[in-house]
Amino acid sequence: MSLRADFAIISSWIKPGTRVLDLGCGDGTLMHHLQNTRQVSGYGLEIDVDELIACVGKGVNVIQTDLDKGLSSFASGAFDYVIMTEALQVLRRPDELLDDMLRVGRRVLVTFPNVGHWRCRLGLGLNGRMPMSRSLPNQWYNTPNIHLCTVRDFDQLCHQKGIEVIQRSVVDFRHRSTLGARLWPNLLGEIALYELRKPD
Amino acid sequence: MTDEFPRDSVGLVAPQRLTIEQTLALDCGRELSGCEIVYETYGQLNATASNAILICPALSGDHHAAGYHSNDSKKPGWWENCIGPGKPIDSNRFFVVCSSNLGGYKGSTGPSSINPANGKLYGPDFPVVTVRDWVRAQNLLGQSLGISKWAAVAGGSLGGMQALQWAIEFPDQLRHALVIAAAPKLSAQNIAFNEIARQAIVSDPDFHEGRYEEKGTAPRRGLMLARMLGHITYLSDSAMRAKFGRELRDGKLNFGFDVEFQVESYLRYQGRSFVDRFDANTYLLMTKALDYFDPAREHSDDLAAAFSGILARCLVVSFTSDWRFASERSREIVDALIAAGKDVSYAEIESDLGHDDFLLTQPDYIELLRTYLNGIAAEVGA
Repeated sequence: MSLRADFAIISSWIKPGTRVLDLGCGDGTLMHHLQNTRQVSGYGLEIDVDELIACVGKGVNVIQTDLDKGLSSFASGAFDYVIMTEALQVLRRPDELLDDMLRVGRRVLVTFPNVGHWRCRLGLGLNGRMPMSRSLPNQWYNTPNIHLCTVRDFDQLCHQKGIEVIQRSVVDFRHRSTLGARLWPNLLGEIALYELRKPD
Repeated sequence: MTDEFPRDSVGLVAPQRLTIEQTLALDCGRELSGCEIVYETYGQLNATASNAILICPALSGDHHAAGYHSNDSKKPGWWENCIGPGKPIDSNRFFVVCSSNLGGYKGSTGPSSINPANGKLYGPDFPVVTVRDWVRAQNLLGQSLGISKWAAVAGGSLGGMQALQWAIEFPDQLRHALVIAAAPKLSAQNIAFNEIARQAIVSDPDFHEGRYEEKGTAPRRGLMLARMLGHITYLSDSAMRAKFGRELRDGKLNFGFDVEFQVESYLRYQGRSFVDRFDANTYLLMTKALDYFDPAREHSDDLAAAFSGILARCLVVSFTSDWRFASERSREIVDALIAAGKDVSYAEIESDLGHDDFLLTQPDYIELLRTYLNGIAAEVGA
């Protein structure tokens, strides 16, 4: 089974034997992979019942949760890692959840589609249309992505909140790390991956 | 299997009996000697005894969880929706066991059994039993059947509390606990409903301080009221509205106090039919067991501490329309399991019907159970 490339990158960032909380875990593919290859324990959080059943089928612990209601039921520092792959932009208040993630996890791994990518810029700049790209295929009226940002926006938010960026990887649509994306991440990167922590 | 029954039913079944020779020490400090556990089994126990699933009954449930007691019986066991060949709790793969609880009626030893100490009916002298007492008795049944580790212990409502108690009491004797539409303890509102039900029974002139059977009578009106009240709490407001609305039985107002609205007729029917199959002293005992259930109590009200020894993986399920044991109550169980670092999955099933949904067939619920139990089957080689 070939693993989504962003999952492979995230896996390589996770230390074995740790406790992980995966927010918006979908069908549990990432948690399942981390359990098998990194011997992690923990839970996925998912709102959709079909995805939840898929997690159960994989033997992944999954808790049906609406992330917009926050993580108040989780104790501070309860997990080594709190992960969220491509869900930040669908939340009502991504900034607040980010705070909560940094409270619950010692490290936070987050990925999101970069609206600073040249295709998006072209769409709005030349075409005068809301940005759409291979990683943002929806129309403005039916997109679940209500809080999109660019790599630079996210850097700014981290700076404002005093969040330390431990590492960052910016990749293309197929989650390959190209030379261009490394040199001009906000222009040529389609998906951004961050490892964050809150300094004590 | 006979042809008269649906193909996905376990078909004709008969209860079995186990006499427990040893004396049972109960939580209340009293003892029960020579008691009998009545149970049913479906499917075959495999060679390694790894495929056994224990089903724990809810308040009005007994040992008859699936199948039919006679060829012309129309009413199957109480969890027929989930137990049977090809059903989520698949009797082709699992050995399914369900016993009625101590204190029950027409099953395991209870108020209408003979007290060996004096040769008379127990009646109101039957000790107040707890969920933990039940679980300990179920454990003796498991031992007698040669089951040292259950693949799963499962139940809804009061049955879910037993599954939870199992995980606490005998951590290394079950692989999975399925805790459905339950709560970690009753709320004041829950206890209040139970108290009204009990008052309805004990204030019936035919109650005779619980010795009605000796007098050849029964507090039928009280028990009927108790059931009518209970039934309201099992259904959601929207389910009642959908089922009855304000429909009138005669199509017009009669300006009297007899049955007019369909919902009145339905509740009276439910109450009356319950009286024929249930016992008032048992009802009192069952509601007390519910009221007393509170595993956190011995741990300074710290539920996570009560769960600290659990080894079983847990599946917790709640229903959005259940207001008797609302989703928040299941979430308390889940949060404490997470805080204790235990393996748990939790689903809050979108439903319309209320607490009763745990016995019904909401498709997501059935699919979830099927998937979870498939996983168990793979794990235990069933």
